[in-house]
Amino acid sequence: MPGNVATATLQLNGAGGNANVGAPSGNGGQGSGPSGATGVPQRTYVTGMMIALAGILMFFAALVSAYTVRRGFPNSDWQALEVPRILWLNTLVLLASSFTLARSRRHLLSGDDESFRHWWGVTAILGVFFVAGQLIAWRQLVVAGVYLATNPSSSFFYIFTAAHGLHLLGGIIGLLAVAFRSPRRLARRTAVDVISMYWHFMDGLWLFLFVFLLAGS
Amino acid sequence: MSASAQIGTAAPKGFLRRCIFSTDHKVIGLQYLFLALAAVTLGIVLSLLMRFHLVWPNAHLPFLSGGIMTPEQYLALVTMHGTIMVFFVLTTAPQSAFGNYFLPIQIGAPDMAFPRLNMLSFWLTLAAFLCMAAAFVVPGGAPISGWTAYPPLSGLGDVTGPGEGIGQTMWIVSILLFCFASLLGSINFISTAIDMRAPGLTLMRMPLTVWAWFVTAILSLLAFGVLLAGGVLLFLDRSAGTSFFLPAGLVVNGELQVRAGGSPLLWQHLFWFFGHPEVYIAILPGMGVASHVLANFSRKPVFGYRAMVLALGAIGFLGFLVWGHHMFVSGMSPYSSLTFSVLTMSIGVPSAIKTFNWLGTLWGGKIQFHPPMLFAIGFVSFFVTGGLSGIFLAQPAVDIMLHATYYVVAHFHIVMGVAAIFGIFTATYYWFPKMFGRMMDETLGKFHFWLTFAGSYCIFMPMHFVGIEGGVRRYADSSGATYLAALQPLHRFMTIAAFATAAAQLVFFYNFFWSLKRGRKAPANPWSATTLEWITSSPPPADNFDGRFPSVYRGPYEYSVPGASQDFLPQNVLAEEDALANQETPNAR
Repeated sequence: MPGNVATATLQLNGAGGNANVGAPSGNGGQGSGPSGATGVPQRTYVTGMMIALAGILMFFAALVSAYTVRRGFPNSDWQALEVPRILWLNTLVLLASSFTLARSRRHLLSGDDESFRHWWGVTAILGVFFVAGQLIAWRQLVVAGVYLATNPSSSFFYIFTAAHGLHLLGGIIGLLAVAFRSPRRLARRTAVDVISMYWHFMDGLWLFLFVFLLAGS
Repeated sequence: MSASAQIGTAAPKGFLRRCIFSTDHKVIGLQYLFLALAAVTLGIVLSLLMRFHLVWPNAHLPFLSGGIMTPEQYLALVTMHGTIMVFFVLTTAPQSAFGNYFLPIQIGAPDMAFPRLNMLSFWLTLAAFLCMAAAFVVPGGAPISGWTAYPPLSGLGDVTGPGEGIGQTMWIVSILLFCFASLLGSINFISTAIDMRAPGLTLMRMPLTVWAWFVTAILSLLAFGVLLAGGVLLFLDRSAGTSFFLPAGLVVNGELQVRAGGSPLLWQHLFWFFGHPEVYIAILPGMGVASHVLANFSRKPVFGYRAMVLALGAIGFLGFLVWGHHMFVSGMSPYSSLTFSVLTMSIGVPSAIKTFNWLGTLWGGKIQFHPPMLFAIGFVSFFVTGGLSGIFLAQPAVDIMLHATYYVVAHFHIVMGVAAIFGIFTATYYWFPKMFGRMMDETLGKFHFWLTFAGSYCIFMPMHFVGIEGGVRRYADSSGATYLAALQPLHRFMTIAAFATAAAQLVFFYNFFWSLKRGRKAPANPWSATTLEWITSSPPPADNFDGRFPSVYRGPYEYSVPGASQDFLPQNVLAEEDALANQETPNAR
């Protein structure tokens, strides 16, 4: 209480410049110009994506911990699942897509629009290959008679791959949206940054899930 | 003026774009508020049916097909009352409704960071509510597994009882939609609070309401993803034949179930990892608004602002480490119980800091007993009462006796239900003038407060005694148990109190809707308050500030500042201006 009053008095007496002491710099210039009134600062999209990734991480963390707990029950009926070998290839494809995406973004930053578009497209195609590869893996399991409810190991395998695949499809839609629309330069730069974050995160997440599934097989 | 009109976003034309499919955070906030009003009305009706049945179990009810309520129908009421109240009232009103409306204005922003995402959140929540409510009218009726949906009851389909077929499936679909909507909403809240603040509005100058919504959004972000994952697994157990939560050798209604290897404990862990933070999602916004209103009507700064912020954060953080206290009787290791018990009781520390500071804010203030102030004090009262019984329940040895009795029902209804509802009432009475441009009737408001305050204590205090005597919750009819026969008059008293308190809410509804049309016109700042929502008109224009976005020069609760020209200093008032005003009128000191 006394502290509050002291601060207030200080501000009352302290003239000139004191007012701006606490002003966060560069918060989109709200109130300082026409752009502030309607526009959202570009970095907000980056903030939003980081927060969204934290939420997604919690979703997968819950699934992974459920896997660990379900597998570790004393009288568990768990039977190890032979992970389809095409997953190795899929993993390489997804890893490669992260490199092509990073390369694409570097070209955008250096102003080479054509190379940017080229590598951006390659990334999208690699993403489609990955999803197709995952579907082939499912097909192989089905042919081998391994379904969703066959064993908890297969249940989790389908859930992990489906949840990750759906998230990656969202990333592919984002890639295509940027590829087929040419928004303002600033907005595109933000879109590229945000989609890159998402894509690299999905790549890392897959690596983790893959290693996790391998360790359990 | 024309320049500012160009800068500001004009309200879209046409009723549909303006009031229904709007991306304006104020409209979306009101949509959430009216959704919560509809949900709370339904929830109250369900609870009254339960209270009635507990006292007159053999009464003939004309609207039921059989005339007399079956135990399964009673359980369906339990389930739907809990689910609707927790998700569509206690999560929706304090955070989604008031947070949506006032967080952007209080930080000087024109809207949420992602307005279209905001609109999507609301429509998903509405779809979730309709899906939930529709469970009443599908074949088999509403589910009977409670708001916690414990398997195996919830995991096997209609073999386990009526309502466990389509009804339970709709329950899960509704919850999954709600989770998704809440996740999108929390992304919006956090991004807005981080990046959209007015120049000068540092974190430690944010109103405590904004802090509370911010921390609550972080809890939502981290908790709802886990419920989403658990819900997906439960859905697969029911519809795809998996066994995540279903053990081997289950015989239900004489049928041996083919599932094997799973455990209901896994669901309990996933559910309560979400479920405990959910309690704080319901109550933290109430803490924020109570702090805000107590300072306003005591004409004093919030006592220990920094400690209040830290306590909010500490409660939010500890809230994630205590889910096991819901599972003391599940057969968990006593060492785990001890850990969860100690962590649970440690939440008493930040809670006590908050309570102490609320009382410190009141101490020596020039207290004005407007209805929002009464409800804020009521909030503190119920938070303390309900919190104290929580300390007893946090002891594993005591909990083994009290678990699944009415003691638990009394505890969480007071601390999570009534306290949070009092937070909602505080917010409604306080911000009604800002939201609708008219004042609510003060006399009716005070009348409503005293009836609700006394009524709620009459309902829930005797419930503790029923619980201590061994009165078991969720039993449709305990009149056959001789050891409980002596408690029946207490039940009758609680039921009468419940009907009276529910009737008192008609005063609120009358006041609310009458004031919408006929209330006295509200000025921009009727409560002489300091925060940014009061510097704009009532109701605010489409972009909140008509193009003149404020800069912030001071903390949120500068009431009765010595030497100032008036007893409150709005956050956007420049120090020099005020110093100048003082020089011109030296006698004002």
